[in-house]
Amino acid sequence: MGLIEFTFAVLLISILAGLLGALTGLGGGVVIVPALALLFHIDIRYAIGASLVSVIATSSGAAVSYVRQGLSNVRVGMFLEVATTLGALVGAYLAARVSTHAIGIIFGIVLLYSAWSSFRHQQNEMPHARNLLAEKLKLTGDYPTEHGREVYTAQNVPAGFGIMFIAGILSGLLGIGSGAVKVLAMDHAMKLPFKVSTTTSNFMIGVTAAASAGVYLGRGYIAPGLAAPVMLGVLGGSLLGARLLARIRVPILRVVFAVVIVALGVEMIYSGATGRL
Amino acid sequence: MASEADLKMDINISRMLRAGVSLAAVVVFIGGFLYVLQARGVAPDYRHFHGISSPADRIPPLLVAHHLDSRNIIRVGILLLIATPIMRVAYCVYSFALQKDKIYVVVSSIVLSVLLYSFFHA
Repeated sequence: MGLIEFTFAVLLISILAGLLGALTGLGGGVVIVPALALLFHIDIRYAIGASLVSVIATSSGAAVSYVRQGLSNVRVGMFLEVATTLGALVGAYLAARVSTHAIGIIFGIVLLYSAWSSFRHQQNEMPHARNLLAEKLKLTGDYPTEHGREVYTAQNVPAGFGIMFIAGILSGLLGIGSGAVKVLAMDHAMKLPFKVSTTTSNFMIGVTAAASAGVYLGRGYIAPGLAAPVMLGVLGGSLLGARLLARIRVPILRVVFAVVIVALGVEMIYSGATGRL
Repeated sequence: MASEADLKMDINISRMLRAGVSLAAVVVFIGGFLYVLQARGVAPDYRHFHGISSPADRIPPLLVAHHLDSRNIIRVGILLLIATPIMRVAYCVYSFALQKDKIYVVVSSIVLSVLLYSFFHA
């Protein structure tokens, strides 16, 4: 393929990946890596390098609107970023030691988990229970509900911190935001309100990704000619997706997208297991 | 807990992020545009991993042999992008210090150290 055709094909796929990532709420990274590896047969290390760059761009871009709504909790985010950035460093070092087949299989499992988690029903009561450690660390906040602002306090702080460390490792190993695992930590372990955990998670993704980006650069995972169309495409696609999401309701589309994500996950596991990655 | 100071910090952070991402995107776009314009022949081989070819891949010199290398413009844009969340955390350290929140000065300093370590050492 000629370089011009290749660059535009990658740009187009990246726009689609960004759109899909925004509409499913899973982020562009989980879509663009399998797309580059399976469709273009790009080495998975170049794919995760380019993806990581796009993850930093979309997270930082999306955080702007979330922060304005006053939903994300800066202290909760900062405290958990200690776990995710350390995890991301470990993950980025592991990426050089783990075989590309294994990376493909782990990636597939994360895709399947993400698709499943995007459908789980959310029901959260406000965590009112007191928690000494959370109060000491100021992991509290308030949140607008129908009955006015309600106060919340984080629960199970060590468990949440531990899951965040794993989320960081996955982010550094796979070049994705691993938002689904971050939400698991905040939503299920720490019992934070759903809106708070999703917006804070998005806010953290850029910082987590930046922690492994340095290692990726040093290893040559980030190829400029590939990273440029991927970053611009995913960023454009996700901004478009965020606008569409505000205007249209997408229950049927969500099912279609979940099927796509599951198919990508199965294909990644199969390709990894048969040594084609 | 959404105090005045926290809200001000939130708004400044969001402005900083938007400015950083926009600037990085413009630089990457310029580099990518030149890259396509200067393009000759087929796409590079991304099917096989080559690792790092020269130290110049790490610290991008803008002028190579007296002509502007488009790939290095892209690299500068990517470095700007990576610097954006690092600047955000640095601003949080400063902002928590203004609020005399000792615990969070320490917490955000740890995050900043990890980021700087990765950026400069790895």
